[in-house]
Amino acid sequence: MNTQAVKAIFTYEMARMKRTLFQSVVSPVISTSLYFVVFGSAIGSRITEVNGVSYGSFIVPGLIMLSLLTMSISNASFGFFFPKFTGTIYELLSAPVSYFEIILGYVGAAACKSIIVGLIILATAGFFVPLHIAHPVWMLFFLVITAITFSLFGFIIGIWADNFEKLQIIPLLIITPLVFLGGSFYSIDMLPPVWQTITLFNPVLYLISGFRWSFYEIADVDVMTSLLVITLFFALCIIAVWWIFKTGYKVKK
Amino acid sequence: MNPLISVSNLDKTYADGFNALQNVSLDIVDGEILALLGPNGAGKTTLISAICGIVGATSGTIMVAGYDNVKDYRRTRSLIGLVPQELATDSFESVWNTVSFSRGLFGKKPDPQHIETVLTDLSLWDKKDNRIMELSGGMKRRVMIAKALSHEPRILFLDEPTAGVDVELRKDMWGLVNKLRETGVTIILTTHYIEEAEEIADRIAIINKGKIMLVENKLELMQKLGKKQCILDLREPISEIPTVLDSFHLELTAGGSQLIYTFDTTKERTGITSLLQTMAEAGIKFKDLKTEQSSLQDIFVNLVSERQ
Repeated sequence: MNTQAVKAIFTYEMARMKRTLFQSVVSPVISTSLYFVVFGSAIGSRITEVNGVSYGSFIVPGLIMLSLLTMSISNASFGFFFPKFTGTIYELLSAPVSYFEIILGYVGAAACKSIIVGLIILATAGFFVPLHIAHPVWMLFFLVITAITFSLFGFIIGIWADNFEKLQIIPLLIITPLVFLGGSFYSIDMLPPVWQTITLFNPVLYLISGFRWSFYEIADVDVMTSLLVITLFFALCIIAVWWIFKTGYKVKK
Repeated sequence: MNPLISVSNLDKTYADGFNALQNVSLDIVDGEILALLGPNGAGKTTLISAICGIVGATSGTIMVAGYDNVKDYRRTRSLIGLVPQELATDSFESVWNTVSFSRGLFGKKPDPQHIETVLTDLSLWDKKDNRIMELSGGMKRRVMIAKALSHEPRILFLDEPTAGVDVELRKDMWGLVNKLRETGVTIILTTHYIEEAEEIADRIAIINKGKIMLVENKLELMQKLGKKQCILDLREPISEIPTVLDSFHLELTAGGSQLIYTFDTTKERTGITSLLQTMAEAGIKFKDLKTEQSSLQDIFVNLVSERQ
């Protein structure tokens, strides 16, 4: 295994985070604070409690998931798309690295960045609302596996996309609506029965529900089901990446 | 001697059906400088990309230092440094970081001393902390060479290293190539500047329309080029060359009205005077005399146009 290469890719990608500190770290903190002001304070003052948890605290896991998902996808997709766009990918393709090492470097860095951002948001939330984490290990587990899964997904988008529009279209048109409709800001039993059933088809619901359970032990769906869904999605991404590299799809001419 | 790189029966057809390489076989010797000469679209870049592993071959094999470049890609690729034709750099990175990144990517442990040497050799040392976007085009090309040399490769591919480069940088580049040769690095460069091939290559390979048309030692090629032809237009056509002229190995063309004498300019005596004397004695008169010398350019143009 070419550990030097994995290290090189990883540190190179992490250096970009340092270089774009504002975009990578400060902006999610600002937008999270805005969510707290709008949802937590303005709307929250009318809702007060959901399942025994104050509304401000209730939305924290959903907010973290929102950032975690979008950051993982954008970090990983951009990380791989950018060398394709600038042409520097020639170096990666001519280097003595395996596909596994490439993924480890890029996806590892992307996941790491979004986990850092997730933890920063968690800390920021602590300034606004009282936080209680019932199962810290499970909380970290959900955080890490979601970050890795969606970084893999982002990596796939980065391979698939051949222009900036394609790069943006999936996060913007699919992920954001799924997160908003997946119970980030509400419990699904607040919805009419028809919408409750429809929401059950939204995979993001299971992520948020499981993650919220690790905080407050309240969940829209059973935590085991959440685990199953995230594992399934993780497996799907692994299979897709394996297929891409096996066939050279969009990577090798 | 076993070749360092051995390409056998390589074929490459792209997904759109374009047949970029046809049955290419080429051996590259350890320590030599090979110039791959050919017009645009001849297949030079595809051949290089196939050896480096960027492009997959349709059929055929490529061995580097005795290892298959697909099965043993780790071994083969770590021996190779590639400087592609297109300027592709990570604009926002610093020179130092991007070159150090390349070294790591090729599996080598960090070695700031080596990176410093490479950057100094390429006159990039004072730019090491600059972002690449702040550099001129020529400097960016130097950065790409530094990246390729960062992992101490045994083989260096330079794809059109001097295309769009000013005279000073071109001279620097040739100097660098000579210096690398002294350290035993094998260099393959593609170019469509013939004088560049003449200047620095040990051997010259000419490729056109995906086929290797000629691979020859530069000196032997130059010797061929050292040959000159003297063409004599005769007053009266003759049916055959008189036996007294046998020793000159003449060629009779244009329906017996033209005699061609091939001689070596590098020899002390060209033999023209005695030829003319012998002809006068044999009673053959001529109305015009001209001499011609073919250059690498001519050979190249002939080879390339013949197959079109």
